[in-house]
Amino acid sequence: MATATPVTREIAPAEVRRAGRWSLERFAAPGLLSPSIIAIFVFVYGFIGYTLWVSVSNWGTNRRDLSLRQPLLGTYEDLFGQTRFQIDLRNTFVFTVIFLTLSVGSGLFLAILLDRHVFGSGFFRSVFLFPYALSFITTGVAWRWIFNPETGINLLLDQLGVNALLERLGAGPLKPGWITDPSVVWQVNGALERVLPFTSAINAKLGIPVAMIPVCIAAAWQLSGFAMAMYLAGLGSISHELREAAQLDGASAWRTYRDIIIPLLKPITISILVILGHVSLKIFDLIFAMTGKGPGFATDVPGIFVFDKMFGAQQYNLGAAASIVMLLLVSIVVVPYLIRQLKVL
Amino acid sequence: MASVAAHLPATPHRRRKIRLGRIVLMAVLLLAMAFYLMPVYVMLMNGLKDKSYMTLHDMWKLPRDLSGGGFGYAWDALRPNLGNSFKMAIPATVISAIIGAINGYLFSKWKFRGSDVIFILILFGMFIPYQSILIPLIETLQEIGLYGKWYGLVAVHVIYGIPVTSLVFRNYFSNVPNELVEAARIDGAGIIGIFRQIMLPLSAPAFVVVGIFQFTNIWNDFLFGVTVVFDPRNQPITVALNNLSGTNSVDWTVVMAGAVVAALPTLVVYILLGRFFIRGLLAGSMKG
Repeated sequence: MATATPVTREIAPAEVRRAGRWSLERFAAPGLLSPSIIAIFVFVYGFIGYTLWVSVSNWGTNRRDLSLRQPLLGTYEDLFGQTRFQIDLRNTFVFTVIFLTLSVGSGLFLAILLDRHVFGSGFFRSVFLFPYALSFITTGVAWRWIFNPETGINLLLDQLGVNALLERLGAGPLKPGWITDPSVVWQVNGALERVLPFTSAINAKLGIPVAMIPVCIAAAWQLSGFAMAMYLAGLGSISHELREAAQLDGASAWRTYRDIIIPLLKPITISILVILGHVSLKIFDLIFAMTGKGPGFATDVPGIFVFDKMFGAQQYNLGAAASIVMLLLVSIVVVPYLIRQLKVL
Repeated sequence: MASVAAHLPATPHRRRKIRLGRIVLMAVLLLAMAFYLMPVYVMLMNGLKDKSYMTLHDMWKLPRDLSGGGFGYAWDALRPNLGNSFKMAIPATVISAIIGAINGYLFSKWKFRGSDVIFILILFGMFIPYQSILIPLIETLQEIGLYGKWYGLVAVHVIYGIPVTSLVFRNYFSNVPNELVEAARIDGAGIIGIFRQIMLPLSAPAFVVVGIFQFTNIWNDFLFGVTVVFDPRNQPITVALNNLSGTNSVDWTVVMAGAVVAALPTLVVYILLGRFFIRGLLAGSMKG
């Protein structure tokens, strides 16, 4: 529909005619869209509302009970008080930071390499992107064997003679526990409590769960190609004149990228961070297939927690509350992005 | 446009430097390729091994012969679920592409007051964690008799596919000049006539892009498959593969072969239609 203009202007005869003839069709577009609009409002917004209701209800057993719990937010208190859920939030944070760094970093690196017009760049691009076409389940199943300490990488280290070499140097064999390692390194609980005393209520060890690192590598293996493809599309739109101007000014390739090209790619970096960031906040399948909860919940995440509580323990209100927390985390990343999109529509 | 520098005679030193740079670049790319293909090597080679004379200790070695190893067993175990996935993914892809085409056309060419806001509200649906709608979804499906049925899964994928398919088609149709629509209007074509006569004939590339994107998404889904369908015989391949991988009685050659079988359809699509695949990936990430 025409937008209102503050200035009165003469209306062209054609427009009058059209307005008359098309007045009925004004309702056609909303009418034809209504099935989709209704479906989304029921299946997305209505269902989220229902889940929100379940999360503040007494439905904590297999007996359906939608009466409101007293106090209303009791389930959320239980949830955040659970050490397991605290660990899950820590894991989500650690996973998101490491995974985003790895996939954005390697995506940009590979895109810049392929941008140098190397021989076979189309082939390389296909190789780096193909994991994106696989399911997280396939990725998880494959990488589970690679990061199994009894086989996989450790076997390769042995057979390539790395460990023999290390032993000769007196360093002992390199045999990490990978996905079976329950330890949490670089713990910051003590330091945090000194600055913020209320954080002593946190039972989870705040640090990097070692078993999470292989999961981050598998996830980056699958999704760095996405970042690469986005960056390649962006690099393709930067004019050659600009690059040549920079080179004529005597800038090295490295400085051209650092000072001119990478800053120009900032909007693309933001898109990648939003898309991959929301994927990582709701990560489920990959971890489910690769490690599950992990040793001492080292690789547990809210997605798996929700699944366990809803379909295992049948504590529906607790599962619902955790899923609402997931939704809020995703919304923090996605909603500002969507609002910005609305402005450019 | 050739730069001035390119016309300057390269000194031998400079040329050697460039050649060395090229070699390093290629070496880095080959190294990266080895990393990206390593899981494929593991899956394929171990799937082909015969456990009677190969142990897990030989994981990185090549199979001794091409007897097929775990593939026979994996194929027998997963074939019904492979069928389920096709039965689910193909209709769901076709239906959601058609819905997306109609929505994309209306959202791009028939804007009305508030249509952009509604569009953004619909888009939000593609980002939500589906865990946050599972309880009411399953209750609703039970209520209307679609729970546990493959066509129930089709309905779920169609509904939650609306945001992304509408997005891709909306971006695509936005590039069709408005003058074309105006001209058809003056010729007396209506809202449906314009879609049929002008938009549909132009939209083949968008259908391919959306088709590939949705087929891959739906094929690779796990959460809906495992929660909406409870009978293992009716579950899609991703769920069956995960069950297979968690079964201790099944040896690793079968699991690896199964992973290849489960990945093959989307991989074939990727290899044959890679260009459209990349376009879908870029369009689905909101950049027009």
